Amino acid sequence: MSGSDVGSRDLPEGPPRASPPLPPALDEPTVRATSVRPGRRERLAGALQRNVSLGLLVLVALAATLAFPDFASRANLSNVAIQNALLALVAVGMTFVIISGGIDLSVGSVFALGGVLAGLGSAWGPVVALLLPLLVGLAIGAFQGLLIGRARMAPFIVTLAGLLFARGAALAISDQLPMPIQGEAARMVGQSGVAGLAYPVFIALAVVGSGAVVLNRTRYGQSLFAIGGSEEAARLMGLTVWRSKLIAYATTGALSALAGALLASRLGSGLPTAAQGMELNAIAAVVIGGTLLTGGAGTMSGTLAGVLLLGIIQNLINQVGNLGSYTQQVVSGAFLLVVVVVQRYLTREQRL
Amino acid sequence: MAHHETLAQRVVDPVLEVVDATVRFPGVTALDEVSFTLLQGQIHALVGENGAGKSSLIKVLTGVYQPDGGEVRYGGQPVRFDDPAAAQRAGISTIYQEVNLVPLMSVARNIFLGREPKRLGLIDYREMNRQAAAVLDRYGIGLDVTAPLRSLGLGVQQMVAVARAVSLDARVVIMDEPTSSLEAKEVETLFRVIRLLHEQGVAVVYVSHRLDELFAICDEVTVLRDGRTVHTGRMGDLTKASLVAAMLGRDLAAAKQRQGTTHREIDETPPVLRVRGLQRTPVLHGIDLDVRPGEVVGLGGLLGAGRSETARAVMGVDPVDRGTVAVDGTEIRRGSPGAAVGAGLVLLPEDRRNEGIIPNLSIRDNIVLAALPRLSRAGVVSDRRADELVSTFMRRLGIRASGPHQKVRELSGGNQQKVMLARWLCLQPKVLILDEPTRGIDVGAKAEIRDLIDELAAQGLGLVLISSELDEVVEGSDRVVVLRDGRIADELAGDVVTEAALLQALAGRAIDLTEAAADG
Repeated sequence: MSGSDVGSRDLPEGPPRASPPLPPALDEPTVRATSVRPGRRERLAGALQRNVSLGLLVLVALAATLAFPDFASRANLSNVAIQNALLALVAVGMTFVIISGGIDLSVGSVFALGGVLAGLGSAWGPVVALLLPLLVGLAIGAFQGLLIGRARMAPFIVTLAGLLFARGAALAISDQLPMPIQGEAARMVGQSGVAGLAYPVFIALAVVGSGAVVLNRTRYGQSLFAIGGSEEAARLMGLTVWRSKLIAYATTGALSALAGALLASRLGSGLPTAAQGMELNAIAAVVIGGTLLTGGAGTMSGTLAGVLLLGIIQNLINQVGNLGSYTQQVVSGAFLLVVVVVQRYLTREQRL
Repeated sequence: MAHHETLAQRVVDPVLEVVDATVRFPGVTALDEVSFTLLQGQIHALVGENGAGKSSLIKVLTGVYQPDGGEVRYGGQPVRFDDPAAAQRAGISTIYQEVNLVPLMSVARNIFLGREPKRLGLIDYREMNRQAAAVLDRYGIGLDVTAPLRSLGLGVQQMVAVARAVSLDARVVIMDEPTSSLEAKEVETLFRVIRLLHEQGVAVVYVSHRLDELFAICDEVTVLRDGRTVHTGRMGDLTKASLVAAMLGRDLAAAKQRQGTTHREIDETPPVLRVRGLQRTPVLHGIDLDVRPGEVVGLGGLLGAGRSETARAVMGVDPVDRGTVAVDGTEIRRGSPGAAVGAGLVLLPEDRRNEGIIPNLSIRDNIVLAALPRLSRAGVVSDRRADELVSTFMRRLGIRASGPHQKVRELSGGNQQKVMLARWLCLQPKVLILDEPTRGIDVGAKAEIRDLIDELAAQGLGLVLISSELDEVVEGSDRVVVLRDGRIADELAGDVVTEAALLQALAGRAIDLTEAAADG
């Protein structure tokens, strides 16, 4: 627990707390704030910013359905879902971190380490294959969070070190070779499913849903908004800033490693070289989803829309067929730039 | 002030005390055995000029600083708060000058952050909004609690901060300059809230340099100066003039005896600097200022009166709402310090460490910095001309150093100030604004800087002098423009430029000098 709690416990009772009946409400409020409501323009800009990714997602999906008959096919949609479920898991954690005003560059490496550890743990059965990566990811994230929250080190540097460390660990443990997942049960988790959708899709949906509840309906979620909005104010208001940060990075670590384990289960082996650059995709998805890169504002639904937008664009480029994966990066990059420019404009309209 | 009496008689227990607190920093003693007693339900003014130790005392009370000596007692028992959160949990809330809430979050979320009402384990927003509206209503503030805080005016934001503090069941509320950004009507509402707090037995520490407010709301006053308690007593026992005298460490009677030095009457040459109607709500209200060549115009005023703000607004460093600044009859572009410097207007800022010198560069590089465009031809700096310039200024201003290549951080404060002065003088300015030019430098260097000011004026430069030291303003200026609450309150010229007259002007015209002197 924080040392500050001790101070209050040792506190003497002090003078009897003066608790007279509450003062009567004044007849008429003396301050009727005139500027209470943001202007219509500002509100419109705010609504647009929160929903721009969702709107774009609908538009792009509609256009895709019209242009490519195959797009809306059951097989293709389930393919899009499984391909993006893992990025969604990582992006949920990234949303927490970015809303708190931080960044996590280690997610791709932790993802790969998670896959390798799943292979390692699968020798002891499917439970260990999932729990081992989860716990190690949690530990790496918690350690990074401790350095960022407690020692107030820059998130960029701490997680850059984490990126190098986790990738190195994955390569060392696996001896740079794919780490096979042993046992049918451990492979089932990633490969089978119900209603035409693989299990990881359901896991991702559940995590996104819980993420949204945590963000909006718990004190912890509110503390992340407060810290990202004004860390100094949050501290002066008595929030335990470092603990909130630690939890955010620990969650991100655990979710990234879990996603890596699920991919390993699906592929039948954990690749130490998997998910290179995934941190950038996750950040892009979160930002496209309307979360401010400076922290303090953002939604989980926006993040989900951001993930799907990136995924659908990739899917469409694959459908066109003769375009390589580099073209997809060019399009994704251009798209991210457009969204960020639009957001910047909307942010200014709201005078954030 | 009838409401003060009832409670003062009913409850006399000290709720929060500081006993002989000392706070030291390397080279500075911020608090020197300061004692401070806050009674339950009391509204206690804490006043002092810059560097008096107000902030340090507040930081000791709220657990930001741990005193090096002495102790803090809460409810009669010695305590130690490790951080503001611990003090807050114990019932000591602080409202800061800069609103310390989260702008992106709603009013209700700000009020309840960290202790949101829950239902089935999740935050119950309907209940939270209802309670937030109830708290605000009780103190006479009606607003939409779901609006994001940033959509509100600063004054209303400050009210939200107060609402948060009171809803925390505070026994002590510390308000650090709570009205610095409030409109008159909002101040009224704040006072109503403070009186309600007082009736509930909550003690308030009220820090402000607006004298009218102190006399309107406070029952007790503690005056700090140079880290020491110089006066503590009932507010009603003081006049404005005697309070100002205590803050500035001036003896009113003695000031009256002292003769003003002779001041030149400047003839009717057209002003080189002409400022008209400078408005920057809520800090500056319609500032007019004329400076003629060869004239030193002092800007008088207590802390927060708007002296530095005027300087910054004139230079275009801070944005202004209205008003014009003209040099030699030519209006300069608003909001552009570059244009101001180009027109011959130069500011030597108060905080030279952060806004002026570059400590790790040499004297030569610091001086030459601003003059680089003039010293270069086709982008190439002429070393020879730069060296000439630097040695001329080092000689002229008497900069004492091992040589032009010594690092500026190794110099004394006075010599650093001269380096700054040299940098701007190379630009051959027409008007020089000096903000606290002698702060933090030793006595000998102070005298040198003052002589230098006279010399520059004699050479035909127009000067604006800002200083917290009365004698410096009085002796150094030909004319003193007095600011109060961001307005020009008075102007002293000729034989009227005396310490006594300035003291009187600072406190407000209403007080008759003879009466004031009798009190002092």
